[in-house]
Amino acid sequence: MRTGQNVTNSLPLTLSDVTYAANGRNILCQVSLEIETGPRTVILGPNGAGKSVLLRICHGLITPREGSVCWHGSAIVNGGVRQAMVFQRPVMLRRSAHANIRYALRLNGTSKRKLNHLADEALARTGLSEVARTPAHHLSIGEQQRLALARAWVLKPEVLFLDEPTASLDPASTRAVEDIVRAIDRSGTKIIMTSHDLAQARRIAHEVIFLHKGKVIEDTSAAMFFESPDSPEAQGFLAGELLW
Amino acid sequence: MGEISAAVAAAIHLVVTLDSDLVEIVLLSLNVNCSSVTLASLLGLPLGASLAVFNFFGRRTIIMITSALMGLPPVVVGLFVYLLLSRSGPMGVFGLLYTPTAMIIAQVILITPIITALTHQAIEDLWKEYREQLISLGAGPTRALTTLLWEARFTLTTAVLAGLGRATAEVGAVMIVGGNIEHLTRVMTTTISLETSKGNLTLALGLGMILVMMSIAVNASVFIIRDSVRRDPK
Repeated sequence: MRTGQNVTNSLPLTLSDVTYAANGRNILCQVSLEIETGPRTVILGPNGAGKSVLLRICHGLITPREGSVCWHGSAIVNGGVRQAMVFQRPVMLRRSAHANIRYALRLNGTSKRKLNHLADEALARTGLSEVARTPAHHLSIGEQQRLALARAWVLKPEVLFLDEPTASLDPASTRAVEDIVRAIDRSGTKIIMTSHDLAQARRIAHEVIFLHKGKVIEDTSAAMFFESPDSPEAQGFLAGELLW
Repeated sequence: MGEISAAVAAAIHLVVTLDSDLVEIVLLSLNVNCSSVTLASLLGLPLGASLAVFNFFGRRTIIMITSALMGLPPVVVGLFVYLLLSRSGPMGVFGLLYTPTAMIIAQVILITPIITALTHQAIEDLWKEYREQLISLGAGPTRALTTLLWEARFTLTTAVLAGLGRATAEVGAVMIVGGNIEHLTRVMTTTISLETSKGNLTLALGLGMILVMMSIAVNASVFIIRDSVRRDPK
């Protein structure tokens, strides 16, 4: 039972025939998807499959060469969706952890009166209260990623995109990040995360979109994907074969 | 040799007793230099940051010209401002030639390209790192610009100090447009140049000492800031 605080009404996110190329190389080929509200979605695939580009296109950071990205049947433009993104390498502003959160809140029009209280809360939820006054650049990479999650979460997004958030973290930090991702999910935010790590996908995913060479090979429930994948590519990936 | 040591002693005396002529010249120098650097920063910081963040037609050309203007010969700038402000020039009606304002105008023309180019460099690097995150957080172009200027504050301080260093050492342009008039447009560098050619080493040496100290202080600040940022990137 989800105890959602946020009303998710910008979803479904629909991609129709999205194609993207850079430097003469096709990165995404006619990707069509529909991502519904609810369960955690993991976009899985080997390195170079086009996962990060797909996530950036969904978030509106990149415009596809062809095709369209629509929220709620094109009723809402990308800028009107409450969405946030956490990147593989956390980007911290050169100020304290607390000020990093306040900055995000101010950008989103939070009144001055509420800034400190909300920032305190966000840091407490992610176990960073003790380092609130520490310059964000002095935090460990794991703490920085938790701060990036806190900064995204505090905006109460309807959708949170995570681009391999644990790719450069040790197991303890990975676990902390995954716990926070589950907590954000419980708060009612739709999670869309990329990963190339099978074990992580098993832990996090409710739904799997399997991407290979810029194409969606499978789009199914996690149980179906891990137990009986349809495509030889997914079967090979699950068997630990190197996919090129 | 004895003459020189006597001049050095007299110069130290001038500095220690705060000779009124010397103080007047130092204060005018500070006024001209600080005003020029402030104005050049107000122009150069936003311009340099805009060149890094915004994509517009002619951007690359402006960047190229700005970099090229960093090495402007001061006497040519002096000549240009002289022609501009002289009685028959386009801005002659304002009667600004041979005033501190004319000196500030010349210095601003010299320093603005330096601050603009250094700011562009610093902000361009930072923008690459921050771009996606700032857009993701919902920062519009203006907000991104002000955020980047604040984030690069330590590097930009050194850019502004580089401009101040250039202003402090400058002599050619201010000599031409200021005219080196006693009690009006006589600054440290022009006085040193004049007094040395007259053989009056006392005042020249006294001012030289202060100028060297100021120059060292500016450059030491640049070093300290760069060093602290390298060791402790806040």
